[in-house]
Amino acid sequence: MSSLTPAFILDIGLLAMLVMVAIAVVRLRSLFAIVMLQGVYSLISAAWFVSLDAVDVAFTEAAVGAGISTVLMLGAMLLTEREVKPVPMRRQWAPLFIVVVTGMAMFYALGDMPMFGDANSIANATLGVEYVEATKSQIIIPNVVSAVLASYRGYDTFGETVVIFVAGLGIVLLLGLNGNAGRWRAKPNGQDISQIDEQDIS
Amino acid sequence: MTMVFEHFNFAVVIVLMMTGLFAVFASHNMIKKLVGLSVFQTSVFLLYISISKVTGGRPPVLSKKELHGYGGYDKAGDGADAAYKTVSETAEIIYSNPLPHVLILTAIVVGVATLAIGLALVVRTREEYGSIEEDEIDAYNYQDNLEGASR
Repeated sequence: MSSLTPAFILDIGLLAMLVMVAIAVVRLRSLFAIVMLQGVYSLISAAWFVSLDAVDVAFTEAAVGAGISTVLMLGAMLLTEREVKPVPMRRQWAPLFIVVVTGMAMFYALGDMPMFGDANSIANATLGVEYVEATKSQIIIPNVVSAVLASYRGYDTFGETVVIFVAGLGIVLLLGLNGNAGRWRAKPNGQDISQIDEQDIS
Repeated sequence: MTMVFEHFNFAVVIVLMMTGLFAVFASHNMIKKLVGLSVFQTSVFLLYISISKVTGGRPPVLSKKELHGYGGYDKAGDGADAAYKTVSETAEIIYSNPLPHVLILTAIVVGVATLAIGLALVVRTREEYGSIEEDEIDAYNYQDNLEGASR
């Protein structure tokens, strides 16, 4: 990292693109552009993941972050609004202050982070290496990430599928199965409850 | 100055995180808030993955050479395997740390689940209030409370 290697130049380029896209997301007012730029942000970060050797994360981010998230957001945008109403400047100072203070605190803690690419840092030297070694003799598949995800940490992945199921259930409860949420009425014995109320009143 | 150079990635990722956080705090449109949350989340993924990178490392996918001998993988590939051995028999292969990759894979999928719930709430709010701007919803609630008090 001490010289301008091609990998480092690629690093700088992708990070610069990410910063530009993030600032554009904050400044733009067209919701369509904002949602599409979020997909672009995910896609660029997927490219960056490949340059950082995280190939599994990269294709999950490209499929889920840039694909499904963008489709969900476009759907929600079509059901709601297309434009963001402008926020007056006086309402933006407090958030800016909080964000700057938080950022300063994180920059203060930056010196304690491990050096970039350091193989002997605590995060890289202990458990990850053991998983790689154990996969060679215990699981015997080439992809270590798959081995950890599906075997060593199988319960985590099971919990993840439960989270997805609960999220789907929540959406069905909120919006209804056939898109008539808010207009749905319970009909015990074939009678509309609201009609019973009206008969009682009359 | 060298500290900033060694931690260049982390510094930029902090800027990205704070940009996402600002979009969450400062915007009153709910979908824009969720986009900001998504940007914030992706930046946290970038932080974790930069920690797991090892200089000169390879993606954590084992080569045939290392799996050979346990008999579980590619028994028939004799010619290609022999050719591979001559190239890098002595060199120790370094892999990047696979553990943060696994954590972030889980986090990505859970993130899209929470995003979907949030968007469903936004759509439901729009059906009820006719708006997804927080100011207008607050004004509506205030008016509703006033009318309730006078009744």
